[in-house]
Amino acid sequence: MEIVTYTTVETFVNHLPEVTWVGSLIKAVLILAVISAIAGFGTFIERKVLAFMQRRLGPMHVGPYGLLQLAADGIKLFTKEDIVPQNANKLIFMIAPAITAATAFIALSAVPVFPDFTIPKFIPVLGGTFVPSIASDLNIGILFVLGMMAAGLYGPLLAGMSQANKWGIIGAARTAIQFLSYEVVTGLSILAPIMLVGSLSFVDFNNAQAGGIGSWLIWQQPVAFVLFLIAGFAETNRTPFDLLEHEAEVVSGYATEYSGMRWGMFFIGEYANMITISVIAAIVFLGGYSEGGLGWLTIILKVGFFFFLMLWVRAAWPHVRPDQLMWLCWKVLMPIAVINVVITGIVMMV
Amino acid sequence: MTHVITEHPYFGVFVLFALTAVAFPATLAAARFISRKLAKLDTEKLKLTIYECGPEVTKQPNTISAQFYLIALLFILFDVEIIFMFPWAIDFKLLGWFGFTEMILFILLLAIGFVYAWKKGALEWHSIK
Repeated sequence: MEIVTYTTVETFVNHLPEVTWVGSLIKAVLILAVISAIAGFGTFIERKVLAFMQRRLGPMHVGPYGLLQLAADGIKLFTKEDIVPQNANKLIFMIAPAITAATAFIALSAVPVFPDFTIPKFIPVLGGTFVPSIASDLNIGILFVLGMMAAGLYGPLLAGMSQANKWGIIGAARTAIQFLSYEVVTGLSILAPIMLVGSLSFVDFNNAQAGGIGSWLIWQQPVAFVLFLIAGFAETNRTPFDLLEHEAEVVSGYATEYSGMRWGMFFIGEYANMITISVIAAIVFLGGYSEGGLGWLTIILKVGFFFFLMLWVRAAWPHVRPDQLMWLCWKVLMPIAVINVVITGIVMMV
Repeated sequence: MTHVITEHPYFGVFVLFALTAVAFPATLAAARFISRKLAKLDTEKLKLTIYECGPEVTKQPNTISAQFYLIALLFILFDVEIIFMFPWAIDFKLLGWFGFTEMILFILLLAIGFVYAWKKGALEWHSIK
């Protein structure tokens, strides 16, 4: 095995792969295409998993094991009449779903989702182009992704407020409560791992945990991991915190007046956000990509585990009230997170 | 996984922004076009009423009593302070004891304010006694 030693910074930099704008472009298109497909397929997986947990079979009639259910849903969403109700603010009502979906995918541009590869030479125009694992390798990756996901809440907020419907307004107010509650916890819980690694870049986080299972940050930061997971559930509107569109209380919350593809767009954004949170948790706390022998399969397993966990929690737990969410985040999780940061600091200094 | 050399790191973000800004509204427009072609438009007036049992559609005031107004004020304070802590966390090893002590003092000041707000009942849901 050849050991490469770098004598100066310049030679090290020369060994890094270079990304042209074509590579970034291909990567961005890949993200949009593949993650949209996975987000759609996620709805199918969710229905299947929830069904098996309740001893049902789930969708079975369309295609083998109901696999074509996704296509049937797509046709249904495209052909259902798109209704803009009376008295609604038409422009905002129509663009709000696109905001949710767009911000979810812009956040994914700074997250490493697939392996990097070089397009084979024999392909005519694009041959030899290096396609990176991150569309844009930002040095403030985590901050950017969290900020972009926070901006995604404008979707439900504007959607709820643009329709002249009480349920929608209540849904919008709940969106605001949810954001006010979890955002502080997300920031504080991710702070302790950042202190340990000393960087905001996903690549640095991955490389800091390259030494196998023992070097995963979850062993050093179990409290931060649990806090981040809880905040992540709140960020993606998953079940213990699905206040925004809880059928039994607010008819469908912000999505009450939506129909057809405009309604489906919210859920493309939601599932893309679930994937983003899963990837962040896998890279920051569970070691990321480099794991003995399995290579890129490990990240898929980890992300799959988090995705399954979200569905499992939905099947197992009831949801909380808005004031309980506020109580939980401000009076329980935030003090724990601050204490965790301080203790991490003390341990690192001593 | 390694870092890569890019001339413009934010180019990928821009590309995805441009792509999503075109692709998603275009999808919505296509869906609207298809569904309006297929729809029965002769009962349009009743279809456009809002989802509500009974009451006539009126121009409702788009307001709601927010029970979390003080939380929202506190949130702005705390979130700005957390952003302030991010640079400190990145350079934690570099700053050493000096930075650590400064941050502990900062967190103490924060904690005093937090305890005051808690005791004043700013973190309560205001309609619940």
